[in-house]
Amino acid sequence: MSRQANRGTESKKMSSELFTLTYGALVTQLCKDYENDEDVNKQLDRMGYNIGVRLIEDFLARSNVGRCHDFRETADVIAKVAFKMYLGITPSITNWSPAGDEFSLILENNPLVDFVELPDNHSALIYSNLLCGVLRGALEMVQMAVEAKFVQDTLKGDGVTEIRMRFIRRIEDNLPAGEE
Amino acid sequence: MADEALFLLLHNEMVSGVYKSAEQGEVENGRCVTKLESMGFRVGQGLIERFTKDTARFKDELDIMKFICKDFWTTVFKKQIDNLRTNHQGIYVLQDNKFRLLIQLSAGKQYLEHASKYLAFTCGLIRGGLSNLGIKSIVTAEVSSMPACKFQVMIQKL
Repeated sequence: MSRQANRGTESKKMSSELFTLTYGALVTQLCKDYENDEDVNKQLDRMGYNIGVRLIEDFLARSNVGRCHDFRETADVIAKVAFKMYLGITPSITNWSPAGDEFSLILENNPLVDFVELPDNHSALIYSNLLCGVLRGALEMVQMAVEAKFVQDTLKGDGVTEIRMRFIRRIEDNLPAGEE
Repeated sequence: MADEALFLLLHNEMVSGVYKSAEQGEVENGRCVTKLESMGFRVGQGLIERFTKDTARFKDELDIMKFICKDFWTTVFKKQIDNLRTNHQGIYVLQDNKFRLLIQLSAGKQYLEHASKYLAFTCGLIRGGLSNLGIKSIVTAEVSSMPACKFQVMIQKL
């Protein structure tokens, strides 16, 4: 009797676990390569940026999202379309600033940290910092300079995982962004 | 579907990151291969555990290799291995005619020398998966024309 091949949801789950495990191996390697957590965080952000500038092309090709007219609409697309498409989660959008230039993404669960525990000697490591780089890189390709950073992280004992997004400015020139 | 794009981009960025931080030269190149291979090894170990937690026990070495070629390969690379050959003495050759991590590279000869950068992780993946199924092996890969790839698995008797 031949072994039943995985299908549908099972295969999709395996796919997402491949990404999660690969990411874990990357973080482990970076912790060996760099002497301190701050350098690892910077490298994760940089690699995420390079992924983000390419991922946005895949996203625009795959989704039917048109031009966003303001930052509030951008937030909706990030949370409801992009995160759903690539990570299978829908973060909540909350904590808007009065000026409407800052908001938080609350991740109820973060698939990147399945199978992960942080040891005590890596207390400054921002494990999922790749995501901040991805967001920054992707938005830069659609003419938005933003800052993205983790302000809460369940790996560090917080109740939720929170990414704070801040709009810096609209990028005027049309030259393609170079790699960092 | 979409999460595959994430893995492909992550893999490419890992390769790029490892080589960017390295110097030129034979020794340094070997270090890069080792680094990527060991990352793949760790992922292969984890993945095969997740994959086989509900499956029946394999009956022999060939059964394990067939599993790698069909189910494992389909999950990771979205298609089965095209051809599996063995000398029945512990050497297996897995041929993938359209290897997923190479199809985005140019099909000409111009970038053939760079192909091996994109194979090291997968060699580790295979070796790690086999390791957690009780098989110790050496895995090497070769490309003679893109995007076809041959993985040679040499099983080591304990």
